[in-house]
Amino acid sequence: MRAAIVMAVSALALFFVSGNCHARWEGVDEAVVKKFAVAAGRPPRVPYINTDQGDILLFVFLIAGVAGGFVGGYCFRDLFPRNERKEKARKGRTRP
Amino acid sequence: MKTARWRNAVSASCAAALLLLPGQAHAMHISEGILPAGWAAFWFLVAAPFLFLGMRKLRVRSEREPRFKALAGLFGSAVFVLSCMPIPVPIAGTCSHPCGTGIAAILIGPGVTVVVASTALLLQALFLAHGGLTTLGANIVSMGVVGAYLGAGAFLLARKVQVPWFIAAFLAGLVSDWGTYATTSFELSAALARDGSMGSLFLPILAAFAPTQVPLGIFEGFLAVGAYRLIRTRKPGLMDLSTEEGTA
Repeated sequence: MRAAIVMAVSALALFFVSGNCHARWEGVDEAVVKKFAVAAGRPPRVPYINTDQGDILLFVFLIAGVAGGFVGGYCFRDLFPRNERKEKARKGRTRP
Repeated sequence: MKTARWRNAVSASCAAALLLLPGQAHAMHISEGILPAGWAAFWFLVAAPFLFLGMRKLRVRSEREPRFKALAGLFGSAVFVLSCMPIPVPIAGTCSHPCGTGIAAILIGPGVTVVVASTALLLQALFLAHGGLTTLGANIVSMGVVGAYLGAGAFLLARKVQVPWFIAAFLAGLVSDWGTYATTSFELSAALARDGSMGSLFLPILAAFAPTQVPLGIFEGFLAVGAYRLIRTRKPGLMDLSTEEGTA
């Protein structure tokens, strides 16, 4: 039942998202911030470090993913310590 | 069997949603070059004491409990992901993102949230062409400072008047999101207004944000309830740690 509700809600959301043909789905920084900034004569400039070129962004995401993954893995037990109750129950089951 | 079917349905829905999402989208961060130098410097000055206070708090709490630094890092990555995750809003036909600072503030405290939000914003400005280096101070004030302190304040106030935890968490997410965008409107109107017309520019900017941000703020409220409930039920250990000086 719950699965059916999720599927129905998702389908409805996707229908609205994909069916809105006139929408450009631009971010509010374009639709709002840039619009008012341009009207006031201060359009945004190209970022000082522009990674939005070719595959550079992909490379940055790769490096960030690798770094984040290693750090997350290194600190995993600090973040998610073992459940002592479950651990005791498991040891109790395996004890001869 | 039932769980597997449920998991499959959720996975299929998420995969379909991801495939159909538009490729390019940006959000509330004020882009490079929009703020005049004076205003950019002013917002850096406003952000600095909060950042200093947050870093001090992070150091003190990490000395007392070494695990806290890892927890703050975890919430930092959540804020980073949420604050560059474009979500299409069908009513408005535009995309925007939640901030994540409300839920972070009630779990790790608003001071430390300012630090993690600043780190997320700096990384986005440096590597993702999202926001800007000169506008970093203004973005820290709107998303980090106002988002975190308003979210934590709303949660504390709601708990003080005996409101159930899920409504309090919802309010934290909602208020932090709307507060962030209201502050962005204020920053923009203050910097872009000519000959003292700030008041007349503030309301149109706020009104332009509203169709996207009103539903997204409600979404962020539900997101905060979900995250809070998940940690409360599945990882209460994290919550014990975070409640030491946090607000939860």
